[in-house]
Amino acid sequence: MFDAIQAFLSGFLYDWLAILITLVIQAVVVILPIMLAVAWLTYAERKVIGYMQVRMGPNRVGPGGWLQPIADALKLMTKEVIFPHQSNKYLFIIAPVLSIAPAVAVWAVIPFSPDVVVADINAGILYVLAVSSILVYGTVIAGWASNSKYAFLGALRGSAQKISYEIAMGFALVTVLMIAGSMNLQDIVNGQQGGVWNWYLLPLLPMFVVYFLSGLAETNRTPFDIVEGEAEIVAGFHVEYSGMTFGVFMLAEYAMMILISFMTAIMFLGGWLSPFEGIPPLETLFAWVPAFGWLAFKVSFLLFVFIWLRATFPRYRYDQLMRLGWKVLIPVTIVWVFVVGAMKYFQFGPWFN
Amino acid sequence: MVKFIKHQVKTFGLTELFKGLALTGKYLFKKKITVRYPEEKTPLSPRFRGHHALRRYENGEERCIACKLCEAVCPANAITIESEERDDGSRRTTRYDIDMFKCIYCGFCEEACPVDAIVETRVFEYEFQERGPHIMTKDKLLAFGDKHEAQIAADRAADAKYR
Repeated sequence: MFDAIQAFLSGFLYDWLAILITLVIQAVVVILPIMLAVAWLTYAERKVIGYMQVRMGPNRVGPGGWLQPIADALKLMTKEVIFPHQSNKYLFIIAPVLSIAPAVAVWAVIPFSPDVVVADINAGILYVLAVSSILVYGTVIAGWASNSKYAFLGALRGSAQKISYEIAMGFALVTVLMIAGSMNLQDIVNGQQGGVWNWYLLPLLPMFVVYFLSGLAETNRTPFDIVEGEAEIVAGFHVEYSGMTFGVFMLAEYAMMILISFMTAIMFLGGWLSPFEGIPPLETLFAWVPAFGWLAFKVSFLLFVFIWLRATFPRYRYDQLMRLGWKVLIPVTIVWVFVVGAMKYFQFGPWFN
Repeated sequence: MVKFIKHQVKTFGLTELFKGLALTGKYLFKKKITVRYPEEKTPLSPRFRGHHALRRYENGEERCIACKLCEAVCPANAITIESEERDDGSRRTTRYDIDMFKCIYCGFCEEACPVDAIVETRVFEYEFQERGPHIMTKDKLLAFGDKHEAQIAADRAADAKYR
């Protein structure tokens, strides 16, 4: 589709301009729905947590509170951005940019349906890992530039946490690579064809859990949100941020949540593949569901789990968090790398042949 | 050894985490207890202590006899009373002010009143946006009492047997 647009444009424009315009269109087509999804994810989060606490959640703005995200966005946009005393203004502004940029950039390689992807590169997983790890700079610089003790402490905790959990996450991805034999996210999904039993969820069940937990830690979600632990350090690295700079941090956090859900769905839950593949009556019954429909369904469920966990568990203490990361998750992943190696050697199950 | 294995199974099976999730998952479907205030309201007791009012007898005579017991008992010193002899020889207030910013809605004035003149009604939805109107004068209190007399009388009757 984008090739057609580019060909059409280059008919009467310079080639470089046609490419540029096509790129901008691609970016908008991907980013705009994500930003809207983020807006209503905040609404869903407040609503679900409210329901789990036996209350209504936001219900004032629009029918059932549906327009609450718009009200929130308007409020954040019209608020004043306050620069803390003696803070570094340039870094202070750059920090939210540094968190939103990678959170948006990763979407380039995420396949939404077969062949619907901005950049179908072969090192997809590597790209996702590399770009999403830049996110930690946003936290660190925000904490440093704020000239505030709380923000600084939050940033210190955050950087340590993110770097620790990236290792477990990386190892979990290594097992996916071993089983799929490819770093291309489309190939990974296609390797899971043939019904639920062929998804990587089953042979990699512990890795699924580890990946999801690391994802929680990476996105600073409860129970791993010590970066912004309200009780001890007020709001962590973004205490000093107000207005839209704060809003951008929120956008980045929720965009990363959606990204982690997409990655989990793609790597462990068969991406856009129907769960009823190979079950004759159900397969034809659900044939009308588009590929993206299944992916969106799986992603929504995982996002619901994100919120569910937040409504259920209290925050980890810093040392417990580090213990879990280094002494539990990383050993488990290393053991499972060997287990997957053995499974591959013995051609175990439907996954390895 | 068995204990150790049990512990490991419990830890890596995440059983306790799933128990917690099941609990919150159950609450997701429970009936919500939220009262959506302007549309829905909680029931009020006849003893509710809200906006003050001065009552009259059925013949239109004001009840207050300027005994100043309410002024004396008021813990916040919110009530100011001045009294004079009326033309017919009875003692009546010339001034009966309640400072609504000082008032703590304790209901002592109502308890102290020997003739049930000053009462607190179940009206609580009122606000002041500037200084001045917050001083409830005698006229305002009497007018308020006239307006809500039916409700006030009903509430007193409902609570009478407990007094």
